[in-house]
Amino acid sequence: MIILERRPAPSRLWTWATPPLAVLMTMIAGGLLFAALGKDPLTAIRTIFWDPLFGPFAGFTRPQLLIKAAPLILIATGLAFGFRAGIWNIGAEGQYILGALTGAAVGLAFYPAESRLIFPLMVLAGALGGLVWAMIPALLRVRFGTNEILVSLMLVYVASNLLAWAALGPLRNPEGLGFPGSRNLRQWASSANLELIPGTGLHWGAVAALVAVCAAYGLFARHVFGFAVRLAGQSPRAAAFAGISPSHLVIGCMGLSGALAGMAGLFEVTGPAGQISIDFAVGYGFTAIIVAFLGRLHPLGILAAGLLMALTYIGGEMAQLQLGLPAAAIQLFQGMLLFFLLAMDVLTTYRLRLKGRPAPEPSSAAAEGAR
Amino acid sequence: MNLSGISPVLLLASLMVASTPILLAALGELVAERSGVLNLGVEGMMITGAITGFAVAVATGSPWIGFVGAAAGGAALSLLFAVLVLWLRSNQVATGLALTLFGIGLAALVGQAYVGVRAPVFARLDLPVLGDLPILGPILFRHDAVVYLGLGLVAGVWWFLHRTRAGLRLRAVGENHDAAHALGYKVQLIRLGAVLFGGALAGLGGAYLSLVRVPQWTQGVTAGAGWIALAIVVFASWRPWRLLLGAWLFGGISVLQLNLQAARVPIPVEVLSMAPYVVTILVLVLISSGRGRAALAAPGSLGQPFHAAR
Amino acid sequence: MITRRNLMTTGAAGATLATLGLPLRAQEEPLKVGFIYVGPIGDGGWTYQHDQGRLAVEAEFGDRVETLYQESVPEGADAERAITQMVLAGCKLIFTTSFGFMDATVAVAEKFPDVKFEHATGYKRLDNLATYDARFYEGRAVIGTIAGRMTKTNKIGYIASYPIPEVIQGINSAFIHARKVNPDVEMVVIWAYTWFDPAKEADAAQAMIEQGVDVIMQHTDSTAPQAAAQAAGNVFTFGQASDMAEFKPVPRIASIIDNWAPYYIKRVQAVLDGTWTSTHTWGGIGDGEVVIGEITEAVPDEVRAEAEALRDAIAAGEYHPFTGPLNKQDGTPWLAEGQVATDEELVSMNFYVEGMQGQIPS
Repeated sequence: MIILERRPAPSRLWTWATPPLAVLMTMIAGGLLFAALGKDPLTAIRTIFWDPLFGPFAGFTRPQLLIKAAPLILIATGLAFGFRAGIWNIGAEGQYILGALTGAAVGLAFYPAESRLIFPLMVLAGALGGLVWAMIPALLRVRFGTNEILVSLMLVYVASNLLAWAALGPLRNPEGLGFPGSRNLRQWASSANLELIPGTGLHWGAVAALVAVCAAYGLFARHVFGFAVRLAGQSPRAAAFAGISPSHLVIGCMGLSGALAGMAGLFEVTGPAGQISIDFAVGYGFTAIIVAFLGRLHPLGILAAGLLMALTYIGGEMAQLQLGLPAAAIQLFQGMLLFFLLAMDVLTTYRLRLKGRPAPEPSSAAAEGAR
Repeated sequence: MNLSGISPVLLLASLMVASTPILLAALGELVAERSGVLNLGVEGMMITGAITGFAVAVATGSPWIGFVGAAAGGAALSLLFAVLVLWLRSNQVATGLALTLFGIGLAALVGQAYVGVRAPVFARLDLPVLGDLPILGPILFRHDAVVYLGLGLVAGVWWFLHRTRAGLRLRAVGENHDAAHALGYKVQLIRLGAVLFGGALAGLGGAYLSLVRVPQWTQGVTAGAGWIALAIVVFASWRPWRLLLGAWLFGGISVLQLNLQAARVPIPVEVLSMAPYVVTILVLVLISSGRGRAALAAPGSLGQPFHAAR
Repeated sequence: MITRRNLMTTGAAGATLATLGLPLRAQEEPLKVGFIYVGPIGDGGWTYQHDQGRLAVEAEFGDRVETLYQESVPEGADAERAITQMVLAGCKLIFTTSFGFMDATVAVAEKFPDVKFEHATGYKRLDNLATYDARFYEGRAVIGTIAGRMTKTNKIGYIASYPIPEVIQGINSAFIHARKVNPDVEMVVIWAYTWFDPAKEADAAQAMIEQGVDVIMQHTDSTAPQAAAQAAGNVFTFGQASDMAEFKPVPRIASIIDNWAPYYIKRVQAVLDGTWTSTHTWGGIGDGEVVIGEITEAVPDEVRAEAEALRDAIAAGEYHPFTGPLNKQDGTPWLAEGQVATDEELVSMNFYVEGMQGQIPS
């Protein structure tokens, strides 16, 4: 019988080898699914994974990858801090909405003035909006011990109601004939978050995502905050001995993730989305949680995972359009990819061994660290 | 403000029905979480149950067999989750979210053939004498059987968790899997059972929507009920009777806000729509800030993978 | 299905076309028509009806057209990408079927002047971007009449989605005509703040029934209110968007069906003939875009005759549902005797007419 045995340390080889292996297995399983639906599996797989990057329209789809991945990466990077420290902010979607709302509201207060200062002000307001929304669960947890998973999740629903209210009420475009939705922020020079270099998809949100990844990498590797987060996640008692205040950690991690999610919302509403509308939120906040874990809570991993998720979205849309695959099949396919990636992860921290053969006992510290 | 138009009796009666799907799903999740497994895929399992239950009911003409099919469908999906998190030790939060994505896609794909199809009618139980009681009759005794099944399951889960040896073992596994393992309990098998139970109940909850409440198959028929179920488990601090309270509270506020609108009470709609969530948070804060906070803690091993260290 | 080969050729041609404005290839290629849907086809309502329109186009033109569609497209950035990909896939005519796609459609239309776009329910037009909508309020007038006659409690319920002009038109139209045949009628409105949430719609219907409502109209897409009415008994409903025929003969006693097929066929024909121009089309019962589904035997003959007469009068253009004298809710005069509301007034309607109770949330 095959048993799993914990490795003394995560395998470097498998850390790099599992994602491609998982993608390969998804292609096989997905190919079977597509074949069962009466489509040519090879064409379908190529349409999803190859065409967005190198297909005939890659000039259009490659920048789209960046646009789709940017909010995911930005949010997931923020979440990684909390998740590593054992602080579960699953309400990033709500913080994303609030960031967009406050940022847009601040910007629209100046409409139609033209100034270079407006956009930076909106970014600040967006970050602040997300931060404040994240502070609600953070402070409730610190002050009353209220579970932050529940509160942050509940606040997503509150936020989406606020969004509908704002789109129909205070932020409604006065020149929009009574239809819901705000003014188009992309058509107002002061707030437009357009491509910085045409044809690349690189807008301020993508820049912020890349900066966040680098900064997070630095924080985790060198800074005392990153150390505190890692220590608290691995051993809360050791962290307490080291003088790390759990309350400060909760506030720091939630605040950081909230601010980044809020900024992501602001960049989205001023750029790709263009306006506050009832259906502005499309689930980036939840998808980012998956991205954070797929990237193993590591900034560089998150970067790769965000791009991979974006690839399946864009490729999936192309498959729908060109092959007539139902949207549901694409969703199922994405679910499969995630399952395989998560399942294959086991090989990095465990090795397969036939029962009966002796193995070196892993030290308890290493075992603790691998958790 | 004129509240006279709202009948508390009818309000309570519709509350019982409105809370049933989330009660069922939450109860299953409660058992899974008590064994130490956090399955965020409730929405995916619910909607899978909604379509399998609907399909089986249409095929057999019997809603009851449909409900069995729904439980089987939900459990089958949760088996996938169990294999991933229990044996392949994947992260439970991420796997649960992936399960939701997978389940919604699967249900939509299977459901393509069932759009616009009508389900067999699920008769309401009319309890002869009890149903005619004033006040209590309409509130308690004029519902369909699944409402009572839900209530019975709450009692059953409470009895199982707190009055049986097997329940004790399940809780022990959830509190401290290493100690439970040292005592010789089969941690993985107990968790597998709990996860499957959770999946089956989520399936039932979904089928209650597609076979009784709505009753129709449409994509997105669960419309987020699974997430509410997850919230209620935490709200109830993992206690079955509090779970019932939570489900009623949540269902009650949702129904109340619509009734207030129907009675033309001038409260802004957006405030009313937010009310269930805000009140849930407030109640949660009140509970957790009160005394006996330790008793509200989550199961000790919740969300952690188990690996027998030998 | 598109093979890789012709995808590449049309794609290349499309790109050239976009940059140089050169004419596309010879006529033997089928016309590619794209449809962007906001929901899943399986919603049984709004998107389902648009897809029925797409299928009607296929049936009508056979090999001369090829249709592509993408369902569940989120509004905003994703919509812009989806529309662009349709252009790249070679579509020459693209229907975007939700109000929220407006700015995305405009943005893509500006980039591809030689592709024709049609946006449903919006108000922004370009030389290559037409708009279309249906006068659902005409249908509401007919079922409002039936509702006014059928109610015994004199309370009619209206499950509304969002407070936008289209929905407010519907409420006002239904109310005016219910009052006309039954001066004691009052209207109970519940704003669900969703287009589609079956459980919430069921709860809303239930709440109305408990308030004594015995006729329910809905501007949301699921059949949940029908089922709630059926369970309650003695409550009548109307199909919305689709016929909801599975609830015939009661509680569903009639329906308002969105029928996009005539418009889609007409516009595809115009592109094939080379006569397409950017227009705003707001079709109603007379154009076949709004269809009153079968009025069942639960409705007395004289009421049916009355409703059908109204329907025919509207179809023939002899009667406009918003004809004065009409006052606004606060009593200020709106339309004088015999005066008819202009389309501009209708598309931005944000008030209740006199007699309505409650307030429109804003």
